[in-house]
Amino acid sequence: MIKTQYRELHCSSPRYWGGLASLAFIILVGLGAAFHMEHNGHFVTGMSNQIVWGLPHVFAIFLIVAASGALNVASIGSVFGGPMYKPLGRFSGLLAIGLLAGGLVVLLLDLGRPDRLIVAMTTYNFKSIFAWNIILYTGFFTIVGLYLWTMMDRKFEQYKRPVGFAAFFWRIALTTGTGSIFGFLVAREAYDAAIMAPMFIIMSFSYGLAFFIITLISAYWWAGRTIGDLRLAKLKNLLGVFVGAVLYFALVYHLTNLYVTQHHGVERFILLDGGIYTNMFWIGQVLIGGVIPLFLLYSPAFTTSRFALSIASLLVLIGGFFQVYVIVIGGQAYPMNLFPGKEVLESSFYDGVVASYTPTTAEALLGIAGIAIAMTLVAVGSRMLRVLPESLEDPAEGECA
Amino acid sequence: MSCNSDQPDMNRRGFLGKTVVAATAAVVAPGIMLTVAKASSEEGASSAVRWGMLIDTNKCADGCSACVDACNKENGIDLMQRPEGQADEMWNAQRPQWVRKVKLRDKQTGEVSNLPMMCQHCEHPPCVDVCPTGASFKRADGIVMVDRHTCIGCRYCMMACPYKARSFIHQDVAEQLTGAPRGKGCVESCNLCAGRIDAGNSTTACQDACNRDGHQAILFGDLKNPDSEIAKALKTESSHQIRADLELNTGVRYTNI
Ligand code: SF4
Ligand code: SF4
Repeated sequence: MIKTQYRELHCSSPRYWGGLASLAFIILVGLGAAFHMEHNGHFVTGMSNQIVWGLPHVFAIFLIVAASGALNVASIGSVFGGPMYKPLGRFSGLLAIGLLAGGLVVLLLDLGRPDRLIVAMTTYNFKSIFAWNIILYTGFFTIVGLYLWTMMDRKFEQYKRPVGFAAFFWRIALTTGTGSIFGFLVAREAYDAAIMAPMFIIMSFSYGLAFFIITLISAYWWAGRTIGDLRLAKLKNLLGVFVGAVLYFALVYHLTNLYVTQHHGVERFILLDGGIYTNMFWIGQVLIGGVIPLFLLYSPAFTTSRFALSIASLLVLIGGFFQVYVIVIGGQAYPMNLFPGKEVLESSFYDGVVASYTPTTAEALLGIAGIAIAMTLVAVGSRMLRVLPESLEDPAEGECA
Repeated sequence: MSCNSDQPDMNRRGFLGKTVVAATAAVVAPGIMLTVAKASSEEGASSAVRWGMLIDTNKCADGCSACVDACNKENGIDLMQRPEGQADEMWNAQRPQWVRKVKLRDKQTGEVSNLPMMCQHCEHPPCVDVCPTGASFKRADGIVMVDRHTCIGCRYCMMACPYKARSFIHQDVAEQLTGAPRGKGCVESCNLCAGRIDAGNSTTACQDACNRDGHQAILFGDLKNPDSEIAKALKTESSHQIRADLELNTGVRYTNI
């Protein structure tokens, strides 16, 4: 049995430093945008008292959800003992930490008072799922950090499985917690569904794996190392299953909502006449994020095409982004029904009408900086730590790598 | 609908003595210092009362905005400046509105009604449940408000409030009243004129304004005191909570909608 050799990511300097410099630039621009929004106040954004969570929240939630899913590969490797996945465990842990950090930075910088971070970290209202999320996020860093350690340090090898299990459950809790943020908003029809939490878990599997595949392929291209076809085929099949599952859950979510008469309005809004949100749902989430990737993943024409796999993963991410957008923004845009049986003739506060929201460039820049932060952490991490196997060539017949 | 089903518990008056005794016992233990602090801060926020409002939509006049104007003045909202060049639509979506006028038409009968809409001072406030830092809180006397020193501006409370009663401060605050502190990046909402009430007043600014204009649509008072005007009115008239299905037991009630 050949032991997997891990080595720091070394590649030709211009390629590495050039890439890092561009990431740093994106981050700087994003921080500038955040400063602009904080300095002037949120009036320079498209957000208002009607759409209180805007584009930054879409990015943040997307990244946080993806983070927990990115850990999946490690879980499959050490918790469920999948030999093909095992050598990928370390990288999966690093990516999970990176994505979560990126998402949290965006979330933090979009607060009205980011300077009060210390208040958020020290004053807890334990009834609040948001406060629990802060604990879940901090714990995630710790546990995944430990998990990485046990994977990397022989001396602690025996703790790998228990810590792996802990990380696995923690991650499920984290995604459930993120999904529950919406579950608690009983008055908003779009969120009033028990399926929200499991749907977030399956979304996390899909986005996390898509991120994983893209960063893995890029890292190996960067470093000029090779990945075996068989291993990629495994990841590819898994992605196909997850993408299908996300579509299935979306279907169940909308069907159950259609079953509840009071929710017909919001369903009509998302599925039929919600304008931009309807388009995002059908074109973004279903077509770009579901149907096309499934075709790319399963069509015999692309069986071994790495390009098709990368494009499919990218589309899954784009579609996933739209999905989160429809959930977060679309769910707020649809008016709350305060007065059943009445129509609102006049209100200075947009009661009864669909709220409008046009995100500004600054909001987008902050969100993109979140992704860049995640990628930078991964790039720096894999340069400094031994997370990437020297070679990911397929194991020889009958052998477990 | 029976007028009793929505009634808060009216028989708590006898608890006053016991509450005071219990409160004293609880604070004496940790030491004298705390007793002093507690006594001064808890004054005016006793659980023996529950402040609430009863709004008669029949009396609320079409096109009148006396309550809104009075609230804006009382709480320094009118001191907020519209950012230069901002369109009406965005300004209306971003400026704080503690109370707003809503005009409704019944889809079946065509009946038109007007009402002021504000924080309903829920007994089980979702905004308080979700607030991560505890900045959003309910006083012992039922008033729900935001502690602007611990609010981090996450806006989760705004997502959770079923009545869209909260406003986020989107811009710098140049001028403000000492009695109504305000800060960019924090959330605020109607506090039933807590400052006035604590100072011993028995009416809110909106009620005064409505009365001054001769409409008498707003009645403020102690829901727990069976002798109060509001408690008597609630006993005799059939009143409604908006979105009663959420079972938040709101402190603000409406008749004739
Ligand atoms: S009406 Fe809204 S802001 Fe007021 S107490 Fe209820 S949930 Fe909180
Ligand atoms: S915006 Fe302020 S009051 Fe509202 S939930 Fe967040 S911290 Fe609490």
